[in-house]
Amino acid sequence: MSGENILQVTDVSKTFGGVQALLKVSFSVQQGEVFGIIGPNGSGKTTLINCITGFIKMNSGKVLYKDKDISNMAPNQIANLGLTRTFQIMRPYYSLPAYKNLIVPLFSPRARKKGGWRGGGKLGDRGTVSIDILEEIGFERDSFVPYKLASSLPTGYLKRLELARCLALGPDLILCDEVFSGLSMSEIASMVPLIEKLQMDGITLVMIEHRLRELFRVASRVMVLNFGEKLTEGIPEVVMADERVKEAYLGSEKLLDYTFEA
Amino acid sequence: MNLVTQERRKERLDRGIKVRTEGIYAVSSWQEVSYLVLPRLILIVGLLLLPFLMPSLYWNRVISIVGIYALLALGFDFLAHYVGLVSLGGSLFIGVGGYIAAILNKSFGLSPLFTIPIATLSGAIICTLLLLPALPLRGVYFAIVTLMYPLVLFRIIEALNILGGTDGILGVASFPNTWVEQYLILSIIILALFGLRRLVNEDIGLVFRGVKDNDQAVRASGLSITLYKAIAVFITSALGCLGGAYFVHIYMVAGISLFALDYSVIPIAATVIGGGGTLVGPLLGCFILVPISELLRAFGTLRIVFYSVILLAFIMFRSEGIMVYAQRKYHQFERWVKV
Amino acid sequence: MDILIYGIINSFSLALMAIGFTLVYGISRIPNFAHGALYVITGFLVWSLIHLLKLNYVVSIILALVIMGLVGAAIYRFVLIRVRGMATSEIIATYALGLAVLEFLRWGGFKGMTYTLPVFIEGSIVIGNIPVDLQRVIVIAIGIVVVTFMWLFTHFNKIGLALRGMAQDEHAAMMLGIDSDRMAVIAMAMGSMLAGIAAITLLPLGNIVVEAGYNVLILSIAVCIVGGLGSWVGAILAAFMIGFLQIITVAYIQSHFHMVVALLVIIATLILKPSGLFGRQKELEERV
Repeated sequence: MSGENILQVTDVSKTFGGVQALLKVSFSVQQGEVFGIIGPNGSGKTTLINCITGFIKMNSGKVLYKDKDISNMAPNQIANLGLTRTFQIMRPYYSLPAYKNLIVPLFSPRARKKGGWRGGGKLGDRGTVSIDILEEIGFERDSFVPYKLASSLPTGYLKRLELARCLALGPDLILCDEVFSGLSMSEIASMVPLIEKLQMDGITLVMIEHRLRELFRVASRVMVLNFGEKLTEGIPEVVMADERVKEAYLGSEKLLDYTFEA
Repeated sequence: MNLVTQERRKERLDRGIKVRTEGIYAVSSWQEVSYLVLPRLILIVGLLLLPFLMPSLYWNRVISIVGIYALLALGFDFLAHYVGLVSLGGSLFIGVGGYIAAILNKSFGLSPLFTIPIATLSGAIICTLLLLPALPLRGVYFAIVTLMYPLVLFRIIEALNILGGTDGILGVASFPNTWVEQYLILSIIILALFGLRRLVNEDIGLVFRGVKDNDQAVRASGLSITLYKAIAVFITSALGCLGGAYFVHIYMVAGISLFALDYSVIPIAATVIGGGGTLVGPLLGCFILVPISELLRAFGTLRIVFYSVILLAFIMFRSEGIMVYAQRKYHQFERWVKV
Repeated sequence: MDILIYGIINSFSLALMAIGFTLVYGISRIPNFAHGALYVITGFLVWSLIHLLKLNYVVSIILALVIMGLVGAAIYRFVLIRVRGMATSEIIATYALGLAVLEFLRWGGFKGMTYTLPVFIEGSIVIGNIPVDLQRVIVIAIGIVVVTFMWLFTHFNKIGLALRGMAQDEHAAMMLGIDSDRMAVIAMAMGSMLAGIAAITLLPLGNIVVEAGYNVLILSIAVCIVGGLGSWVGAILAAFMIGFLQIITVAYIQSHFHMVVALLVIIATLILKPSGLFGRQKELEERV
């Protein structure tokens, strides 16, 4: 199960006008692992996800998913192959109840093909299937949370809803864009077991995060991005000990020496 | 002098009977059943009785015309409020459907029984293909393209003098009698109205609404927004082309007047006045506007000025529309509450 | 040779027409479907000032432009401001306005051959053994003047820079204290005046007809889409492309097709490169 590369990103570059958002970023993710992407603000993490998932066209580079070249595919085609993503700025359907939010992904070709309890079969079953998915992800069925309007749910539930939207597609890989951000400590405490459960179900996770402590509890390897370039990659302890990483996040101490000398 | 002012605010609550009719409780008593069924029953019965209530030939003709505009307006409302595409050129559908029906009738000798269905389907396919390039893009492109097609097609036909040029195709067959003419279109409208209502509440309807509200999430969920927009456009153009085919059989001629601005403006005005998003509102709007339009025929293009100004006024000041207001009154009541 | 000359003249004509539309769209993201109406109204306004109020030609032109600027500002201030932000309603509002005006003029009796504006200078000159009306040469001159002025204005004048800022990123501009509504009013006023300038320059070449309103609208939209909605450089380049395409079509195919060219060009652009020549995709939501 683990060992093969499920995702291989090679030399992805992207410029926006005069700004180089990404410069030759390469990494690969093994099946079944939890891979973290970290870096200070503006380092291009969300742009990287957008390029991988087809929302933005990259200027150069190649993305291989399960050995298939998805570099220029449309986002919905990529999602149908099993590579799903969450959005950092959440996009639920606010005017619909939570469970109806999942009906759209259950309508996709992939969900319909997979059949079984995920597929939903004929029209009408999708409601039941979505309630099941929501329960799996932590919405308490008894207190009617799945029936509440998405606009009335707190952030923790909305983040889970985003993940549920991905799960409805029966994915093999989920790209999580800052799922821990905006959550209180107790909400995070209940999210971490969820991530572990997803991993146990065999789903590969790539997580972009700022909350490093929580990320390092689940991630096996991390990659650091700075100003659009990959700084380093490896297991969390090694990466965090790297001087360059500390410099990227906190700034360097060398400047202080210069002012004293003057 | 000390005045004790009391602050109040207006509160809107669902009526008791509305809450009592949710879910299975809707069948618990005649009161609840009638609350839900009565408006729809009145609508259907009213529509079906209309030809009897208006015996004069003039008004019969008006009812048929109202029907055609209603199809266009239904399509516009569906596209604009459920899929997010503003169609500024309903006359495209009327023109395409009308010309196809006329050609089928004159050159191939098919009776209206055949020309109307064939014109509807083939016209819808043609219109969807014509509008396809604008679908993957932002809504404003769709508006621009729908605006332009009628204007340009009009000029092409006029300039090239094809398809009968400015005279048009004359001598198209008409309906056997006026009752068929009216009841057919009234039934089609009822079917279309309730069909669309059903559609937007089905799962595919949620996909359409997702395309309108949140298309990036729809793409991330593995659905091609171009495909679903195309389906929606197909449905709308089918309704419009049906109207166009109907039209040429009523007036027995197909000319460049099929691309007139009336067919573009009245559906929009009817939707805005009648209440966008309700699917019944446009119908109401047509019943109000079209008779007035027929009466104003003597004034030439001043009619279009009239609708445009009313449309503008409503969009600016009362963009809610009559049906939305009525529905709100029916389902909810207001009261002043102390703060 | 004559294709070259007429092509240049046509291109500048298109550029004059389109620049007002692209200004308004670039700044406030509202497609001004009343653009053609504003064009035609200016023509009638000048005609009325000359023939009904017996004013001098130059005075009429200046007065008309000022009035058009006020009209544009009023349109934003009273109509568009109420529907700001609701894309569907904005489109419907400008469309309804444009339609109301154009059809009113059509009904109001301004028909056909009787209404023309005098040319600025009579006579013609000969360029490379093709006689060209001086008025047409003036079109080129005014075109160059307007484009240069717009470039200078948006690069060196405070208000112009504010407009450019709003065009690039409305929220950032607001954070810097630029009042987006005031800028939009200015943009609409300028857009109307530019439509007016186009009308004043181009209408003397023919008659004042209501059809011109629709044609101007279609052509301006075509130029803006091909150039990229919101890009002024693109609009000018596109004006040249379409301008020459039209002249070539008229010369070698049939003269009726020159509007069809506009439509075909739009469709081709949407299929091949939706963002046009210079359009930019700003945000994720924005698929062009």
